[in-house]
Amino acid sequence: MTINPMHQFEVYRIGPEINLGAVNLSFTNSSLFMVASSITILFLLFLGTKKKLLIPSKIQLITEMSYIFIAKMINDTAGSSAKPFFPFIFTLFMFVLFCNMIGMLPYSFTVTSHIIVTFALAALIFIGVTIIGFIKHGIKYLELFLPKGIPIVLLPLIVVIEIISYLSRPVSLSVRLFANMMAGHTMLKVFGGFVISLGLLGGWLPLSFSVALIGLEILVAFLQAYVFAILTCIYLNDALNLHH
Amino acid sequence: MELEAAKMIGAGLASIALAGAGVGIGIIFGNYLSGAMRNPSAAQKQFPNLLLGFALAEATGLFGLVVALIILFAF
Repeated sequence: MTINPMHQFEVYRIGPEINLGAVNLSFTNSSLFMVASSITILFLLFLGTKKKLLIPSKIQLITEMSYIFIAKMINDTAGSSAKPFFPFIFTLFMFVLFCNMIGMLPYSFTVTSHIIVTFALAALIFIGVTIIGFIKHGIKYLELFLPKGIPIVLLPLIVVIEIISYLSRPVSLSVRLFANMMAGHTMLKVFGGFVISLGLLGGWLPLSFSVALIGLEILVAFLQAYVFAILTCIYLNDALNLHH
Repeated sequence: MELEAAKMIGAGLASIALAGAGVGIGIIFGNYLSGAMRNPSAAQKQFPNLLLGFALAEATGLFGLVVALIILFAF
């Protein structure tokens, strides 16, 4: 009995095929889980803010905690000038977090385990941050590639390195999230396959191992959403407060 | 056949990236522990930074995995 650990990442169509010109816009299982995570977030925030009690209920506590967590993170990393971007960062964090967490449920699909999803998010952030930087500082935003206190001799080298590192931001941001999710889920599937192939006698060892791995994966799911949001804040900080 | 063998060797070589990730994670946790031992009152405040560093270091190892997958399946 062979199990393909990559089978879980298959995207298939649900419902009728919709074509808009040459673009296939059909509703897939990936879209289904995106909608599911969005609805879960809306539901949580709606229930959490419906009754505003002085002594919060559990669901209100979760909502307030996530709000404070993100607000504090933005304030710590990007300063108070990034306050207007709170809704965007909060949406981004909650979306990635819930996509990761819903992906941890058995038989579900992890939206963020596809590079195209994470790359679309990262490209959006990259283009948005660049536009914000140019709006705020004009052509002086290019000073970002020119760190202060560098000897003239080294300048050509440093500028090239800075430009390359700036352009590789969307790639590293998207590949980090995608690779973490994909590697984790593949590893879980491989260990699940060990349980089946070792049978009733020897399968207990990989089973207990995979229980521990699921704990690690839940930690990683949260951590990667956090890292995604905090790196967005750091990029925003570069655009808003040039050289501090 | 030769291309197939070269692909396997390349994918295996790409997993050397794990060495760097292991060193990185070890340095992060080791330095955090030694710092926390010296000044336990500051340890709690730096815990988010520890997790951030852990996630960033772990991701470099996974870039190696992505390279291995590209070698195996994309060519």
